[in-house]
Amino acid sequence: MTMAVVSELACVGALLALGALAVALARFAAASRLIYGLSFLVTSVACVVAVLALAAPASEIVLPLGLPWMGAHFRVDALTAFFLAVVNFGGAAASFYAIGYGAHEEEPARVLPFYPAFIAGMNLVVLAGDAFAFLLSWEFMSLTSWALVMSHHKDAENRRAGYVYLLMASFGTLCLLLAFGLLAGADGGYVFAQMHAHQLSATLAALVLGLALLGAGSKAGLFPLHVWLPMAHPAAPSHVSALMSGVMTKVAVYAFIRIVFDLVGFPDWWWSVVVLVLGGVTAVMGVLYALMQCDLKRLLAYSTVENIGIIFIGLGLALAFRANHMDGAAALALTGALLHVLNHAVFKSLLFFGAGAVLNATGLKDIEKLGGLIHRMRITSTAFLVGAVAISALPPFNGFVSEWLTFQAVLLSPQIPQWGLKLMVPTAGTMLALAAALAGACFVRGFGVSFLGRARSAAAAEAQEVDRFSLAAMTGLALLCLLLGILPAFAIDGLAPVVQGLVHAQMPRQLGVAWWTVVPIASSRSSYNGLLVFLFIAFSASMAVVFIHQLASRIVRRGPAWDCGTPSASTATQYTAGSFAQPIRRVFGSVVFRAREAVTMPAPGDGRPAVLNVSMTDLPWDVIYDPIRDAVNAATGWLNRLQFMTIRRYLTLVFMTLILLLLVLAIW
Amino acid sequence: MHGFAFDIAHLLAGSLVLVSLLLLYQDRMSALLNVFALHAVLLALSVGWQAHIQDAPHLYVTAAIALIFKAIIIPGGLRRIVKKLGIHREIETVVGIGLTMLAGIALVALAMVVMLRATAGADPLAREDLAFALSIVLLGLLMMVSRRNAVSQVVGFMSLENGLVLAATGAKGMPLVVEISVAFSVLIAFIVIGIFLFRIRERFDTVDIGALDQVGGERG
Repeated sequence: MTMAVVSELACVGALLALGALAVALARFAAASRLIYGLSFLVTSVACVVAVLALAAPASEIVLPLGLPWMGAHFRVDALTAFFLAVVNFGGAAASFYAIGYGAHEEEPARVLPFYPAFIAGMNLVVLAGDAFAFLLSWEFMSLTSWALVMSHHKDAENRRAGYVYLLMASFGTLCLLLAFGLLAGADGGYVFAQMHAHQLSATLAALVLGLALLGAGSKAGLFPLHVWLPMAHPAAPSHVSALMSGVMTKVAVYAFIRIVFDLVGFPDWWWSVVVLVLGGVTAVMGVLYALMQCDLKRLLAYSTVENIGIIFIGLGLALAFRANHMDGAAALALTGALLHVLNHAVFKSLLFFGAGAVLNATGLKDIEKLGGLIHRMRITSTAFLVGAVAISALPPFNGFVSEWLTFQAVLLSPQIPQWGLKLMVPTAGTMLALAAALAGACFVRGFGVSFLGRARSAAAAEAQEVDRFSLAAMTGLALLCLLLGILPAFAIDGLAPVVQGLVHAQMPRQLGVAWWTVVPIASSRSSYNGLLVFLFIAFSASMAVVFIHQLASRIVRRGPAWDCGTPSASTATQYTAGSFAQPIRRVFGSVVFRAREAVTMPAPGDGRPAVLNVSMTDLPWDVIYDPIRDAVNAATGWLNRLQFMTIRRYLTLVFMTLILLLLVLAIW
Repeated sequence: MHGFAFDIAHLLAGSLVLVSLLLLYQDRMSALLNVFALHAVLLALSVGWQAHIQDAPHLYVTAAIALIFKAIIIPGGLRRIVKKLGIHREIETVVGIGLTMLAGIALVALAMVVMLRATAGADPLAREDLAFALSIVLLGLLMMVSRRNAVSQVVGFMSLENGLVLAATGAKGMPLVVEISVAFSVLIAFIVIGIFLFRIRERFDTVDIGALDQVGGERG
């Protein structure tokens, strides 16, 4: 049965052909709609095929490409099918959104050819069944996304983002290359099936884990390898940002799962400690950064870092349970992580679409200049609010379900024998809770400042609702957030074959439980019924509205005119994003960001205003990247001298090297 | 018979090393070329002797090539070049002759130590041969490094190549085609270098390679 893999490859081929077509057609005004429309069709088909392949047996095909003695292996198993579904779902949503949004692109020729190719690249990474096909597709994906990041290259900041991205992508690929080299062993079994059969020594396996964390983590945005992500993701056009944040980071998660859960063999218990620490730190740091941002897209990009941290916490838990042969618990944790992969793809795409819509309507990214958009852009605001509630892990939306499942897995940690893990897992749980709470604050701030209150600039005051395609895409995703939140049982049961394939166990079947209640372990322990919660929230909220209207709105009150907590007519008196973030910056900032506040008070009689300066430093840059850059600069400056030596000195250099080697040989 | 054959081979190879040291000692261009011709003659003798004791007639061809090309044609050509350029008197060494000689002796010692240790258990004839050949190669390199004049660098290169041929003939069963191709490549190198010498001279009025460095591009 190779239907699934063949049809997926056909979709990839169609996407690549679309890329070529876009090169030819980019001059025409209608090309944008055509290319995005066709991309939508192709990715929809690929998504449906992937969903159907979830429960089907694995299928594999070897194409006569690449290395002559090996060919290029492509393979669809349950894990692949799940990630293919996520990739193509995100691709379809972004394509549909872009049918409308893409019309505003200034230079469509810089975006259109790379967009389908980028989706094709992500599909190929997931489909690849050997290391060569994987790495080639990985690089293809990186390069096409780099081209998309550079599509607005006239902005110096975007060029810098592209440069940093390219560097980090190369570093990540190098790490993955080494990891696959170790996995293949001396015999060079580069097909995944051979790697799976190949047994590694404990040291080598740990090395592979480290390399996978570096390689996949740099693409996914694990702290401190995340630095490129908040620069590159917002630099691309919004629908591409949605793809990069919502989907490409998931491809990196796929790479990590494929290597660590499938290829490398049985895990050691301490691996999970590493993954949990990294995941926890990433989650908390990501959301703290997000809280400090004023650029809406950058805020969303940092929030992606946070969510990747949450996913890695889930994966770390799964590793911890699996190492202790607690397969049921491992299945629970892994389901939580995979469900969050899907959920994050949905709501992060939605949020980036919303940010793109705001950008289109106002031309602004800075939330300090927005405000009051809920009056002008009702549908966008509502959809964005749904996304914000979902990403803050509040019921009844989908973000809550996956994080709740992860917490259920955390609560199983007392059964773990190792003390290191017994202590580490609750710590990770605390960090997860902290991240979730801070994410709530972050999105209250993001949504409240941009959409509520009064407009802080003329552009925001005159914003117009965006086109129908964009609105339809956002509304659809918002509905999906709700559906996945109130009926998570379908998604959880859909994930069962994936989890079964990775940890040889699965969560209890959920669809049989009455009223679509989710019971992760046993009904005596814990259960969640999204439908019930939704009905309760809907009912109590409507009742509250009715009561307030009936009892309070009719009563006559007297007060100052137009004073809703903002007595001055100036919009500058509103609560700003900066003032919202200030308490959290005070609490965490002095350590994490080394934030310093300095107030410059003018002398009495001086007419100038007082100035408050807040300086923040980015710790990874200061501690890791700047020293590396300085060292590389110093080394290249030194090596540069080699470029300008005399012929005789070159000869001397060769001669001396030879003598030195001979001396080593003689003394050895 | 074996002892005698070994002694003669040893003597010839040893004389080659000695002549390599002599090359290092020369401070006149014409004398240098004469010594280089002597070097090539000794190489031809050595290869011829190897042909005799190994019963390998094709090595006679190698010996003949060495004699004709390296002992007659190349030194003759270099002499013409030197005469045409009018540099038969000048040799500029980078470090003093005495120091160079000391370095050369140290290199010979190093080659002996390395080779005798690396080839322990091999045929003693081949062992000695290889050790001497490595000494000649190292001395040739030292010559190229320690001279400023392009012609003497060519001579250093050629003597280095002689060492390679000596090593190759010491090992039994090297095919003739390799010999011929090596000989040809050396000849071509000689022609190219000869042409370059004239070009350099045309441009810079000197064959001191230091002049080349001044046009080596902007300096960082």
